[in-house]
Amino acid sequence: MERSTIDFWVGIFVVGGIAALVMLAMKVGNLGTYNVADTYQVHAYFSNIGGLKPKASIKSAGVLVGRVTEITLDTTRYEAKVVMNLDKRYQFPKDTFANILTSGLLGEQYIGLMPGGDDQMLTNGEQLKKTQSAMVLEDLIGKFLYSKAEEPTKQGK
Amino acid sequence: MPVAKTIKGIGNRVINAVWRIGMATRFFFLTLLYSGSSFRRFHLIIKELFSTGVMSLIIIIVAGLFVGMVLGLQGYETLKRYGSESALGVMVALGLVRELGPVVAALLFASRAGSAMTAEIGLMKATEQISAMEMMAVNPIARIIAPRFWAGVISMPLLAALFSAVGIFGGYFVGVVQIGVDEGSFWSQMQAAVDFREDILNGVIKSLVFGVAVTVIALYEGYDAPPTAEGVSGATTRTVVTSSLVILMLDFVLTAMMFGGK
Amino acid sequence: MSSNVSAEIIELNFAYDKRPVLQGINMRFPKGKLIAIMGLSGCGKTTLLRHIGGALKPTKGCVKVAGQVIHELDSAGLYAMRRKMGMLFQFGALFTDMSVYDNVAFQMREHTELPEELIHDLVMMKLNAVGLRGTQNLMPAELSGGMARRVALARTVALDPMLIMYDEPFAGLDPISLTVVGNLIRSLNDALGATSIIVTHDIQESLKIVDYVYFMSNGVIEAEGTPEEIRASSKEFVHQFVHGEMDGPVPFHYPGGDYRQDLNLG
Repeated sequence: MERSTIDFWVGIFVVGGIAALVMLAMKVGNLGTYNVADTYQVHAYFSNIGGLKPKASIKSAGVLVGRVTEITLDTTRYEAKVVMNLDKRYQFPKDTFANILTSGLLGEQYIGLMPGGDDQMLTNGEQLKKTQSAMVLEDLIGKFLYSKAEEPTKQGK
Repeated sequence: MPVAKTIKGIGNRVINAVWRIGMATRFFFLTLLYSGSSFRRFHLIIKELFSTGVMSLIIIIVAGLFVGMVLGLQGYETLKRYGSESALGVMVALGLVRELGPVVAALLFASRAGSAMTAEIGLMKATEQISAMEMMAVNPIARIIAPRFWAGVISMPLLAALFSAVGIFGGYFVGVVQIGVDEGSFWSQMQAAVDFREDILNGVIKSLVFGVAVTVIALYEGYDAPPTAEGVSGATTRTVVTSSLVILMLDFVLTAMMFGGK
Repeated sequence: MSSNVSAEIIELNFAYDKRPVLQGINMRFPKGKLIAIMGLSGCGKTTLLRHIGGALKPTKGCVKVAGQVIHELDSAGLYAMRRKMGMLFQFGALFTDMSVYDNVAFQMREHTELPEELIHDLVMMKLNAVGLRGTQNLMPAELSGGMARRVALARTVALDPMLIMYDEPFAGLDPISLTVVGNLIRSLNDALGATSIIVTHDIQESLKIVDYVYFMSNGVIEAEGTPEEIRASSKEFVHQFVHGEMDGPVPFHYPGGDYRQDLNLG
């Protein structure tokens, strides 16, 4: 086969392959959508984070506004410290309420922000004071079993 | 003594296998050592990119499309039970980018390009082309093996990316166009869940490793094949079998290394 | 003395594992001559060629080319030596993934920095010498056996070697191609002033063109001489070989034990 035909097809192959990679990065992955935006950092303490993981999304009114960057255990309070990066475009009041939620019944966990009424806005490095921990399935089942266990004793007597 | 005979047989096989692994490793390092000239004369690699990469395009694209469509269909059926059809995009994309893209593309590459490489090198050896090259004071590893090796290593991630991209389109076609999952949530959930470094880059690394493994196995089997018709056909079969097993084993190891800790 | 000898083999012994293949071989290849090494299939002729090319190491003795002992060269020296040699393989061994042109140009491109126009002229000259100018764009698979052998010949002499080896150059050729290839071997050798070694069992064709003949059998030299001496030889082995007789010192039957026992008669 002619050298130029080979060059042509190999060119098409390589360009197509790189285009596929770029498409995966931009359209499928999050490279094109989020990483470029400017962010500011806040943190919050939760008594239990359930299945929350780094990189989990942070949403307000269902809109993605940031991501969890770091989760550690604070050994002075024995609570989980969750550091999050929020998009600079979205400012929240100081008394914003952070809540660990689950998307769908078995979906992954994320942090939902419910803005309060404070006039002052959160700035870099500040703490979200009001939090609600994750619902842990074992606790729910435990409560349920406990209440169930009480029923037959009542009826038995 | 049948027991002693069996034990001897096992010992013999193990020694043989270890010896072959050692020889293949030595072969791999020799290939790397003599790679310089194929980069100075890049058209040698381009010529091999044509016969490995371009010739595998059709099978990769068709297979990717169908795998993506099946994922879309099966994924929808499963996710429907939990009322989370909107996660279909996530499921298709993660399945393809992390696992099926690199693995299935590598398996197809092994049976399409790998077997062809083994047969070609084996026949070159059987018809004394490799000895002829040695007698012309040209190192066959530098001139024949190295360009094919690099062509394979370059092709593999590109083919895997094409496979995943076409597969995601196949999933989109079945899920969104045919079944009617919401298009917006299909893409946005996918983008929210697929991480560039964690998922896409790891997929690329996987396919690079598979590319190295498949081409080394294919070239070594060809170079090592007995110079007869049975020798070459046996080597071709061994290329497909060995590289398929090695791909799946390596996939487990790499997956455990990349995602296992979390 | 050694100035007009381009290669010689001194007391060469070689064994695969423990099985001796060559025993005490002595041969001289004077400059400008065409020498044939003949013998039955499997008598060690090809092994001998591989020693000259440096692909095998002798168990004892040595091969000298241009005054240098081949098996004592390091790999750079061996590669340098091989550039001065040409070898035609049994079925040509043309590179099947390259055109005729690229096959002949192969060594020029690998070993020289010649500009492409000069390579083109050289390739045309080599192809013309074997009478195949006009085939340069064909692939080896499109050539007949005789043509492929001639292209391989052109490739062998591409860099004007001083020592040319031919491994069964006549195998599988029709009578016309046979004569053509035979005459080409002679005329190329004379034109290049090279030394040629032909390993063959085609006795009639080679006796027409060579200067000297060595006969080998079971790893030793059985007889040697000029073609006239060989034709006139009264040695039983040579006589059987030259006239292609069925039985003689080389038996028709493979040693197989008692025939009657094999037929369950005994």
